[in-house]
Amino acid sequence: MRALRRLFGFLTLVGLALAGIVFYRRRFAPRRERADLYYEDGSLVSSEQGEPDAERLLPLAREVIDSARASA
Amino acid sequence: MEAAQALRELTEISSQIEAACLFDAQGQTIASTLPDGPVSDRFVAAARALLDASDGVAHDSATGPLRQLEAATLGGSVFVVRDADLTVAAVTRPEPTSGLVFYDLKSCLRAAATEGDSDGKPRPKARKKEASPSESAA
Repeated sequence: MRALRRLFGFLTLVGLALAGIVFYRRRFAPRRERADLYYEDGSLVSSEQGEPDAERLLPLAREVIDSARASA
Repeated sequence: MEAAQALRELTEISSQIEAACLFDAQGQTIASTLPDGPVSDRFVAAARALLDASDGVAHDSATGPLRQLEAATLGGSVFVVRDADLTVAAVTRPEPTSGLVFYDLKSCLRAAATEGDSDGKPRPKARKKEASPSESAA
């Protein structure tokens, strides 16, 4: 019975540690720039910073953002 | 619904959207939350350039045409959604709730497409009057 309780306590600790890691990574991990393209059949092509497609699309996206904020 | 009204409602509903513009397949601005003239034109031109470049991204041709895109940068995100006739492009603050923004943009496109209705609510199509057997026999 005591062994079972210890095991339960250990598993709880492991679970809390994992939850903490996930929270930390989501909250403090550096954000990455990306481009997500959705097609008619619902499929998605995603390209992250550093990949050729993203390197082509992200500067164009920045131009869109700049053009919208230029008037503000 | 008038396109301008659809855009106004879009920016009222979604606090994440900073600016949005509706334009047609030729790049003609239909409505914009930005000042009319060069500002809107520049925004539409930039959005079209992004869309054209996205169309050029290699993908399986069986997936059909590009329907929507999100480009997320550290300074904000760009969303573009298009249907057969109209395209809506929007800029949001960084890290928006993508699903919600896409939903709001699609609703805006649908509302703009129902131009002519005074209140913008979708109307059921008028049913065709079916001829009764006696009429069709006559």
